[in-house]
Amino acid sequence: MAVHADTLAAGGRRASVRQRILWTVAGFGTLAAAAILFAPLVGSTRIQLGTAFDRSIPYADNIDAQIFFVARLPRVLAAALVGSALAVSGVVFQALLRNPLASPDTLGVSAGASLGAMMAITFNLDFSLLGVSAVPLASFAGSLGALAIVYGLSTARRRGTSALVLLLGGVTVQALLSAVIAFVQYLADFTQTFRNVRWLMGSLDVASYSPILAALVPMAVAWAGFATLPRMLDLISIGSESAAARGVNIERTERIALVSASLATGAAVSLAGPVSFVGIIVPHLVRLIVGADHRLVLPASALFGAAFLIGCDLIARTVIAPLVLPVGIVTAILGGPVFLWLLFRRL
Amino acid sequence: MRRIAAVVSVVALFGTAKAAPYAGSYIGHGFGDVKAQAAPSSSYVGHGFSRAAAEDLPRRIISLVPATTEMLFAMGAGDRIAGVSNYDRFPPETARLPKVGGLIDPDVERVLSLKPDLVVVYDTQTDLKRQLERAKVPMFPYVHRGLPDITETMRALGARVGAKPAADAAAARIERELAAISRRVAGQPRPKTLLVFGREQGALRQVTASGGYGFLHDVLEVAGGADVLADLRKQSVEMSAEMILTRAPEVIIELHYGDPVKPENFDAERRVWDALPSVPAVRHSRVYLLDGSEFVVPGPRIVLAAERFARTLHPEAWER
Repeated sequence: MAVHADTLAAGGRRASVRQRILWTVAGFGTLAAAAILFAPLVGSTRIQLGTAFDRSIPYADNIDAQIFFVARLPRVLAAALVGSALAVSGVVFQALLRNPLASPDTLGVSAGASLGAMMAITFNLDFSLLGVSAVPLASFAGSLGALAIVYGLSTARRRGTSALVLLLGGVTVQALLSAVIAFVQYLADFTQTFRNVRWLMGSLDVASYSPILAALVPMAVAWAGFATLPRMLDLISIGSESAAARGVNIERTERIALVSASLATGAAVSLAGPVSFVGIIVPHLVRLIVGADHRLVLPASALFGAAFLIGCDLIARTVIAPLVLPVGIVTAILGGPVFLWLLFRRL
Repeated sequence: MRRIAAVVSVVALFGTAKAAPYAGSYIGHGFGDVKAQAAPSSSYVGHGFSRAAAEDLPRRIISLVPATTEMLFAMGAGDRIAGVSNYDRFPPETARLPKVGGLIDPDVERVLSLKPDLVVVYDTQTDLKRQLERAKVPMFPYVHRGLPDITETMRALGARVGAKPAADAAAARIERELAAISRRVAGQPRPKTLLVFGREQGALRQVTASGGYGFLHDVLEVAGGADVLADLRKQSVEMSAEMILTRAPEVIIELHYGDPVKPENFDAERRVWDALPSVPAVRHSRVYLLDGSEFVVPGPRIVLAAERFARTLHPEAWER
């Protein structure tokens, strides 16, 4: 009788979790979809949607269509991709490193991506691949380099590396790469320095679909990795030993988490520059709303991250129109106070 | 890495302060008769300085500003230059002169060891100025704003180094030649022009253009162009794709200096603009890439820059 009651209770919990996931995805999904649909309609210029979609006007003559399809839609899609990738990476790094202050920048992948971009700008690298220019390509290569170093650290010991060692190693890699960035910047001339500094503020004005499509490839790999993680991350968050006792292959899970989050971060940073704060405040805001269950936090962060960055970019391109603020400034100015509030609320 | 460091300073093009220091280099990009007028070696020599004040004249001048280096040569005081900045490339005589750093990293020890009796500094180099003041080394602070300030600076520098007649003559010649260019394009329709001086290679990202303030804006106006960003009182404006589409420039001029884009890649870089086919400049194939350091050094070669703009904007005015 007791066994039967337990089974019923477990079944009820599963149903309730499924329902919560459904509601969470529906709620945050609606928010993200609304952001994606609304944001391209707004900008520094008033456009007629009817004209933009009027196929009787040749595309080359249709300014509204070009503003919609070249200037706005790619940047909204880039914001959605980058926002969700950074937010989910933040969740994964926070669970993996068991540290609420961890972010996509913590392990140096972001610094690696920045170094790649700085080198492309400073040394005038001039190549392209599948319509993607040198700066994002070099940036992604830089993130892979940083990932290789961090991955090497995590596998240096056979029985897996503790979260603390990985964290310290990652922070050291980040500091090292930041020093190399400073060195490369020192070699740059004034105009290159300006471009370097500007790149570091983040920008979503991609003005083309090619870099978005290119970033989708590593992001797809990362999403496939993320899909396997939610339950494992819940157990790892409790502690490696309890997770291992419940049959979780800790080493494998940590590697999937590390590689997936790093790939997503690298792709995001190479697409838009190091947009700060998204990866740290979105996960915390989402946890405040849905709790700590990663089956809810991961999809909710992905969707809320997309909506958040689309919203920040909307502010960036309208607040001082016709000029456009770098989106990283908006995320930091909005995200900074929110993060401080969260931080001191915990103390 | 081969890097011809041709540079517009951050403060000059992107800053808000009134001081606008420039550094630049000579690429060796000629422009026929204009170059001969603007920067022939003969115009840089043969102008003596006043004998009356010869004893008090600075004889060991260090110029940390490429524009003033060019001015000193233009007024015949080049043989009194004892050191120049790391970014000086023009005239070719600067190659043999000691290099003493730049705007951000002047080498004070090197400056003092050359025993200068006048140092031309950027007005924003406050630390260097303090150190030179302590060492009792006379200075000429360089401040630059717009096109008229080039000849104004030239005259003031000429008076300071005792080459007033030659400096006045050179300044007057620049003003005359600029006026002649302006007259030549007068009456022509002034195309709405976007003057781009920075862009990510191979992409329409980080497009930085000249706003409605500063010497590049002034030169464009002299050359018969209507700056499409004239209403924005900034030296540099970062343009989004939407802004480019909305402003709809009839001509786009992209400036290149140094060698970030190899000339063989110019066509590919020009095609980057095809992503915005409704922009009149793109539709009518009026996107031009110009290479040369004269665009970023606000010195005597500004006449060459103005004429290259004018020839680009109004080729018919030269065909007549």
